[in-house]
Amino acid sequence: MNKLLLETRELRKTFGALVATDGVDFDVREGETHAVIGPNGAGKTTFIKQISGELRPDSGEIRFAGDDITALPAPQRSHKGLARSFQITSIYREFSALENVALAVQAHAGHSFRFWRAAREDPALTGPAIRILEEIRLDRRKDVLAANLSHGEQRQLEIAMALATRPQLLLLDEPVAGMGTDESQRMIELLATLKGEKTIVLIEHDMDAVFTLADRISVLVYGRIIATGTPVEIRANQEVRAAYLGEDF
Amino acid sequence: MITTRNWILVAILLLLGAVPAAAAYFEQPFYLDLLRRVMIFAIAAVSLNLILGYGGMVSFGHAAYLGIGGYAVGILAHHGIHSGWLQWGLAIGASALVALAIGAISVRTSGIYFIMITLAFTQMLYYLGISIEEYGGDDGMRVPVRSQFSGLVDLNDGTQFYFLVLGILAASLFLVHRLVNSRFGMVLQAIRSNEARTRAIGFSPYPYRLATFVISGAMCGLAGALLVNHTAYLTPEFMNWTRSGELMFMVILGGIATSAGPLLGAAVLLLLEDVLQGWSLLPREAVRDHWQLYLGIFLVLVVLFARRGLAGLLPGKNE
Repeated sequence: MNKLLLETRELRKTFGALVATDGVDFDVREGETHAVIGPNGAGKTTFIKQISGELRPDSGEIRFAGDDITALPAPQRSHKGLARSFQITSIYREFSALENVALAVQAHAGHSFRFWRAAREDPALTGPAIRILEEIRLDRRKDVLAANLSHGEQRQLEIAMALATRPQLLLLDEPVAGMGTDESQRMIELLATLKGEKTIVLIEHDMDAVFTLADRISVLVYGRIIATGTPVEIRANQEVRAAYLGEDF
Repeated sequence: MITTRNWILVAILLLLGAVPAAAAYFEQPFYLDLLRRVMIFAIAAVSLNLILGYGGMVSFGHAAYLGIGGYAVGILAHHGIHSGWLQWGLAIGASALVALAIGAISVRTSGIYFIMITLAFTQMLYYLGISIEEYGGDDGMRVPVRSQFSGLVDLNDGTQFYFLVLGILAASLFLVHRLVNSRFGMVLQAIRSNEARTRAIGFSPYPYRLATFVISGAMCGLAGALLVNHTAYLTPEFMNWTRSGELMFMVILGGIATSAGPLLGAAVLLLLEDVLQGWSLLPREAVRDHWQLYLGIFLVLVVLFARRGLAGLLPGKNE
């Protein structure tokens, strides 16, 4: 068994009376794709935000690559090798696709207190950025303003930006949300090429994506993980079936 | 690469360079004075555009640095120190320090809180200026001796002073241009565009915002030093909140986050003010007396119909 890359212990987060994360123990092994599924309002996004550092848990512990990162702010977690994509597309709309990715490259290419040389013409930034756009098959659209990309392309750009930070762990928050069938199929293919190369935590509603990509699945219901296992085990789990009220998957 | 619009900006600067000769030829020295004032305010507007336009930090207290720059010159002059090196050095240094103090607190906030905090600090400085009798208090004081630069430039010579201001304006424009296109500037604009994303890819916004705030304050402090040499009179009005508002209007009118915007905004606002006040062609005195009304209507129209301000109307691509 591969060693653990990410683990949460007794993670707890409440908003007033609402317990959004209720004592979650969760672990991700190096190299696996671990999906987190659950009905709407199960606390998936709250959970991922605590891992990425946008929210501080009330109690519990998050360990990444052996270090306690519970109190670490988001930018520092990025430097430790955690990258996330957002459920609601989060890109720089007034930058070109290339500039979006180049900025993510820049974030991990030494300090940015450089005031004089033009960043847009710096091959140290644009070179790696173009390679990632090629990998993600967006290179032909590199000079298009991000705002003018199609929804599917914007989602791809999100992934490209996450990859550009050369992460050890990718946190993907509903990467196929709001996509048409064709688009989501392309995205699933794209993610399949990353599978195995990167450790991935995949939060997703789309069961196609989950069962195609995941090595293991954890099911989150009302802030608690009720089951963790391989896709086959999860499919057979009675409690999970009950939580989804007979929904087909 | 230099865009069409930046070539236009260069052309405008070259035209400004021809003004002294033209003013002498037509015997209209007044215009030299007017345009010098325009350019000084343009430098202040360029500095404000850096934080407001590119940084997305709506500072409603930028006149503070005009005041600090002005008082740095005025106070040293009052005590018999007329060296421009010292005066202007102090203007820039003191402005940077005050910007560091104000920025350290305010750039943690955003939106309406940022506006209120910057305004509050500037009002504090304004009332400080009023309360210090030694330096004229409410009435202000004359600063009759202009800054002296070991005989290199003579600010008493209108043309020399004019070209010095033009040079500093061109340098400020170039500096901001380089800055916003550098790695630093890309981060700054990224923070404005999407802060959560910027944090997620690994940038902490605070040091970038604070550094920009300090650079902007220092640049505006220099504009303050120029302004007090221009007016030869120093009053707390340098720091009045209406002055901060005017600077904001120049930036918005000219086009936020554009390179030519602050200069265009300062020029149009100050020239219109001058024209409307003194225009004898206006039919009645009553109309002339209400020039601010017409200015207001014009500003509203520009804001409504020219989304990127006056600079957005220039030929060439939007920046």
